[in-house]
Amino acid sequence: MTIKTVFLKALKNKNALAGLALVLFFALIALFAPVLAPSSGRDAYQMPQSGYGIEPQAPSSAHYFGTTENQYDLYYGIVWGARMAFKVGITVVFFALLIGVLIGGAAGYAGGWTDEILMRLTDIIFAVPSMVLAMVIAAMLGRDLGNMMIALTVVSWPSYARLVRGGVLSVKERDFVTAARALGASRLRIFFRHIIPNAIYPVVIMASLDIGYIVLTAASLSFLGLGSPVGTADWGQLVALSRNWILGGHGNPFAYWYTIVIPGGALLLFVLAWNLLGDAFRDILDSSARKA
Amino acid sequence: MFVYILRRLLMLPLVMLGVTFFLFFLTQRLSPEMRASLYVQDPRQMGSLEEVIEKYGLNDPMPVQYMRWLKGAVKGDLGYSESANMPVTSAIKAYLPATAQLAAAAMVLVVFFGVWLGIISAEYKDGFIDNAVRFFVLAGFSLPIFVLGLVLLMVFYGKLGWFPPGEYSLASDMIVHGPAFKAYTGFSLIDSLLNLKFYVFFDVLKHLILPAVTLCIGSFALMVRVMRSSMLEELNKDYIRSARARGLSEFKVIYKHAGFNALIPVVTLAGIQFVRLLGGTVIVETVFDYPGIGRWGVECARQLDIAGVMGFSLLVAALFVLGNLAADILYTVIDPRIRLK
Repeated sequence: MTIKTVFLKALKNKNALAGLALVLFFALIALFAPVLAPSSGRDAYQMPQSGYGIEPQAPSSAHYFGTTENQYDLYYGIVWGARMAFKVGITVVFFALLIGVLIGGAAGYAGGWTDEILMRLTDIIFAVPSMVLAMVIAAMLGRDLGNMMIALTVVSWPSYARLVRGGVLSVKERDFVTAARALGASRLRIFFRHIIPNAIYPVVIMASLDIGYIVLTAASLSFLGLGSPVGTADWGQLVALSRNWILGGHGNPFAYWYTIVIPGGALLLFVLAWNLLGDAFRDILDSSARKA
Repeated sequence: MFVYILRRLLMLPLVMLGVTFFLFFLTQRLSPEMRASLYVQDPRQMGSLEEVIEKYGLNDPMPVQYMRWLKGAVKGDLGYSESANMPVTSAIKAYLPATAQLAAAAMVLVVFFGVWLGIISAEYKDGFIDNAVRFFVLAGFSLPIFVLGLVLLMVFYGKLGWFPPGEYSLASDMIVHGPAFKAYTGFSLIDSLLNLKFYVFFDVLKHLILPAVTLCIGSFALMVRVMRSSMLEELNKDYIRSARARGLSEFKVIYKHAGFNALIPVVTLAGIQFVRLLGGTVIVETVFDYPGIGRWGVECARQLDIAGVMGFSLLVAALFVLGNLAADILYTVIDPRIRLK
């Protein structure tokens, strides 16, 4: 099955279409963030603060979605948070995939001791729940956006490495590889020109659909105060800022509903969009793997 | 089978060694003063950190330091956790029962709702109930549990006042730490019953509901999916047709005949899910201010309490690996057709 048929099949699925529409919607917000919410400071990812009051302000014409604790504008945070979500998701998936392909590919192709050692390395990372390991790494490296992305990459690559290894193991016995070897191609050339391109594409699709999950983990880290620095436009952090206000005030338990519902809703829709897409693709890839 | 278990058990220390070595390597980025807490036994020593650094050679090369740490760890000395204000081993003893209690409660919910929703979803395949359940499952996968936890607190604590955060109320706290209360097991649910303090028992239960529900929503989705597909497979088999032909009631066919056989994959999954809940407790315990291992781990990470972080990760990794092994073994016990190699 080629990439094209996989995509065509996925587009026949209603859920996948809804997911795709939502992802595109967020992508547009992210792309046009400078237009939708012009920044005035030097670092656009830093949310502007209007005043120093602690109490969140309800939505108004000055703040479409209201403000959070410490007067960060929620609308600005949501818009730039979408850009941040794509930035974190794409960066982490890219590097995790790169490491996974190289290590998994090497393990599968070389076999023997190389394989054994590299796979035991993945066992070590799998031995700790990824949320916990990411938390510990992020904490040790210090609270910073780059460090958070490093932590997420470290916990994400092993699953891709395993998938690539499996793919390489099945591809390397195929006839065209033997043919290439007979023609005198070097080991490196066989690996990069013949084996990797034929082994990675299901993994690439799977990995890109993990963006939702990675953004969710990143938001959890930020919520715990171990992710992006204070004041960064980041949905997890916006949710964390609502923690002190969930009991409401002024005799109304839901007085500050917007501080939690708006950033939480954005995060939920973003992750849901990727899951809708992911389910459809996974079904197709699974059934094609079973037939093969 | 025996060889398989033995080999996996032999792998355990190797994996632990790898995990701790990796984390120890990371700690080297921090100053010797911060690392000194790994070796401090008594809070009074905190004042004279230079001596500690000198005594334990914290400026030595990393492998030397790691071997030294390892020697202590093997003897059960994991250092002093500043964030918990007690040695790491005592902290684990103090916090683990609360987390186990929470995970067990969540697990009961996960299995019960997972199996039940999976069955009715398969029974009414492609009908309204099935679609509703599948939508619910997808939402469960996508819902950030800290958002869910906060919203539940807003409604059930802020608005209705039913389920407060924490492990128990102040009144129960006085009873539990009172002179007449004996901590037999460390599990507040069991201890309160053994002490015949039913007020405390129901109080603990009341505090357990929201975190357990939150933890459950994050993981029961997978259970529903597996149960549904396993059930669908079972319902298509010949023995179900014969059962129906013999005139058995639909209820008996579905719940007794197909249901029990469809449970096999769910049981292994339950083992794996139980361990996975450990990752979720980190967030849930923080949201609900529930005094367990997860909240302690977050505090350690936030305050860079290195001894705590090392001890916490070691514990979680050990539980995780052993739990997965237990799930594997359980699988062969339930389904003798499966052989582990």
